[in-house]
Formats: sequence, structure tokens, C-alpha cells
Amino acid sequence: MTALLLRDLKLSVRAGGGALIGVLFFMTVVAVIPFGVGPDLNLLSRIGPAIVWIGALLSALLGLDRMFQTDREDGSLDLILMQEHPLALTVLVKCLAHWLGNGLPLVIASPLLGLFMNMSEVAIGATMLTLLVGTPALTFIGAVGAAVAVALPRGGLLVSILVLPLAIPVLIFGVSASYAAVEDPAPFMPPFLILVAITMFFAVIGPIGAALALRNTAD
Amino acid sequence: MPESLAITKISDLANPTRFLGLAARILPWMAGITAILFAIGLYLTFASEGDYQQGMTVRIMYVHVPAAWLSMMCYSVMAMSAIGTLVWRHPLADVSHKTAAPLGAAFTLIALATGSLWGRPMWGTWWVWDARLTSVFVLFLMYLGLIALNRAMDDPSRAARVSAVLILIGFVNIPIIKFSVDWWNTLHQPASVIRMGGPTIDKEFLWPLLIMALAFTLLFFTLHIAAMRNEIWRRRVSAQRRMAARMAGRTPAKEA
Repeated sequence: MTALLLRDLKLSVRAGGGALIGVLFFMTVVAVIPFGVGPDLNLLSRIGPAIVWIGALLSALLGLDRMFQTDREDGSLDLILMQEHPLALTVLVKCLAHWLGNGLPLVIASPLLGLFMNMSEVAIGATMLTLLVGTPALTFIGAVGAAVAVALPRGGLLVSILVLPLAIPVLIFGVSASYAAVEDPAPFMPPFLILVAITMFFAVIGPIGAALALRNTAD
Repeated sequence: MPESLAITKISDLANPTRFLGLAARILPWMAGITAILFAIGLYLTFASEGDYQQGMTVRIMYVHVPAAWLSMMCYSVMAMSAIGTLVWRHPLADVSHKTAAPLGAAFTLIALATGSLWGRPMWGTWWVWDARLTSVFVLFLMYLGLIALNRAMDDPSRAARVSAVLILIGFVNIPIIKFSVDWWNTLHQPASVIRMGGPTIDKEFLWPLLIMALAFTLLFFTLHIAAMRNEIWRRRVSAQRRMAARMAGRTPAKEA
């Protein structure tokens, strides 16, 4: 399991893995927003957390289709399927590796983008914290989509279409928790704790669903 | 044992020919009853008085509410079929949830469109990013995604199993969307335009609504069974075409 984690991590970090491309895409999306809505700093600071979250969501989708596809191409997916370990556990490890390679860089890059969007320190911290908690959920949901589309030749776009509706609750609570940290009347903890709950929920459902889908596409 | 009887009945239907026979027998009846119910429901709809505030537009409700209800029920039917696919490998369940997806998308679209038409005179806007509207819109997107997935895969049985996984995952998401109502409203404007929960409906509105709901439900099942029948026929045709193509490849070889 550790070997699998390290292997996937190495693959994603080294050239061609696409982990850095995800961060680059994230920064590009956020950098495009001021051109679209105008460089009004007050407006930017108000919509900042939402923009950062949407950017993170889109770039989290970007790398998803490669999650099982590369393994399928070089045949290691068949070896993984033949293992004695429960497949859901293997998928969970792969999800973790994928998150460490693709999700965590987004979280680390988010404070910089928060500065670009003229967000306050509290808002930056809250956004980073919610991203840290919320992006694993995106990976777990995405694992199902990636497993479903693994056999398709051009499944990348389809994965995004299938995963995006499921990811909406994560976005809702992530953004509302980020706003609640800045705006006074709304409390921060309830949406944040719901976000944590969603992540843990999908940490269970996601790998099981993905394992089921992988078994069914493999034969 | 009534339960075991039900189970044998359902597994009997795994034979497509038996299902086709059953469908041929009950479809005319269902279509007839649906038409009668629609006639009664539409008559009652137009015979009932308009609301003293909403006027004629309240009649949109008789289409909007049943369609919205069916969009949810259709997904539940699909989820049950998905369980049937994954657990029992019931061949009819594959066909069932594949053919239900376009129907569900259609009913969801009707609910969204009529709701929008109703919202324009009542709320003064076509669309509000309210939790209810948004969650139904997400449901619509999920239907379309499932249709796209089914179209993208060549092998029907593999497509059925894979989309069944996705249907079940999506079904889990529905309560989460529903529970998000309160949180969404604290973030955005308070819920002043849309009122959720069952308001006390006067009997005058309730009866046409119930009959229309029943008519819509029967319409769904009629269309669903007809679509399943068509899908089975379509698979038979394609199987026979493949066989014919194989035979056609063989005969010239013999002659030569």
C-alpha cells in the first residue's frame, strides 16, 4: 500500500504527471477573472473566496481522468484488480496519492491567489482551510467518475460532466464557510463541519463506488 | 409465501419474451387509463376557479407539481433498477434504468420550464438560484450525464453496470442537496419568493392536482414500459444484424 502510494506520488509529480499543470490551470483561471469582471478591488475581495473555490474545483476535475487511465494503459490496473487486498482500500490509497499530487498543491497555491483577489487575511485563511478539508471530497467523488469512464477512449470531458453535479454540495459548503468566516452574522463552524462530514462521507462512498465500477468495466 | 411469489414473478420477467408478452397485454390498458385520467384531470383543472391572487396562472401548478414529483420518482425507479442490475444482474433492470433516464430528463425539463413560466408572473423573474430550483437543475444535469454515459459505451451490459454505480452514487447525493436548503438561504436572500413544505391547499385545488399526479404517474409507467419494450426489440434487431453480417461473411467463402 505504501509502495503504491509512493509510486503514484512519484508518477504525478514527475514530468507528464500533470500535477503542476493543475496548479497552473488554477492560477490561470483565477487570473482570468479580473479581466472578465474588471479590476475593481472591492468587488474582487467580495467574490474572491467563491472564485478561488471555483478555480480549485475546475482544476481538480482536470487531472481526474488520468487517475486510472494511465494504469489501464500500462496494464497495472489489471494487477491492481488481481490483488488480494480489498479493492476499495487500494482505490482509497490511490485517491490519497492523487490528492497529495493534485489537490494539496492547489491548497498551497490558494493564499497567493487570495492576495491577487485582494482578500483579507481571515478570508485567505478560511478559504485555505476549507480547501484543505474540501478538496479530498472532490478527489473521492472524482474517483467514481474516473473509474466509470476508464474504458472510454475520450472520457475526460465525460468525467467532468458526471462529477460536477455531485461536487456541488462541496462547493456550496466550502464557499459558505469561507464567507461565514468574514461576514459577521453567519457562524463559521456549522458549514465547515458539514463540509468535513461530506468529505468523510465520500471517503467511504467514493472508493467503494469506484471499486465497484472498476470491477464492472474490467471484464 | 407472498414474498417468494413476488421474487419468482420478478425473476420470471428476466426472460425478455415473457416481459414482451406482459407489456403487450397491459400497455393498451395503461395507455387507456392514462388518457381517461388526463381527460378528467384537465377538465377539473379548467373547471376549477382560479386563485384569487394568482388568477389563471395557478393552473400551471397542475402540470408543474406532478412533473416535479415524477422527476424525483423516476430517479428512484432508476436507483431501484440499478440495485437490480448490480445485485441480481437482472437483465430487465439494465433496460429499465437505461430507458428511464431520458424520461426523467423530460419530466425534469417540464418541471423546470413550467416552474419558470409560473415564476415569471408570480415572482417577477424567470429563475432564482434557490435551493429547490438549483437541486432540480442538478438532477436534470445528472440525467443528461447518465444519458451521455450510456451513449458513450458500446457494450450495453457493461454500460448498464457502470451507469448503475453512478446512479446509486447520485442517489446518495439527493438528500444532501435537499438538506442544503437552510444553509443556502442564509447565504443568499431569505426565502421570500418560494415557499417550501406543503401549504394547506384548498380541496378545490387538491383534487385536480391529485388526479393529474396520478395521470402523470401512469403516463410515466406507460412510456417506461413502452420504451423498455422498444429497447429490447432494438437489441434483438442489432443482435440479428450482427448474426446476419457473420453469415454474410461466411457464405461467399464457401462458394469460393
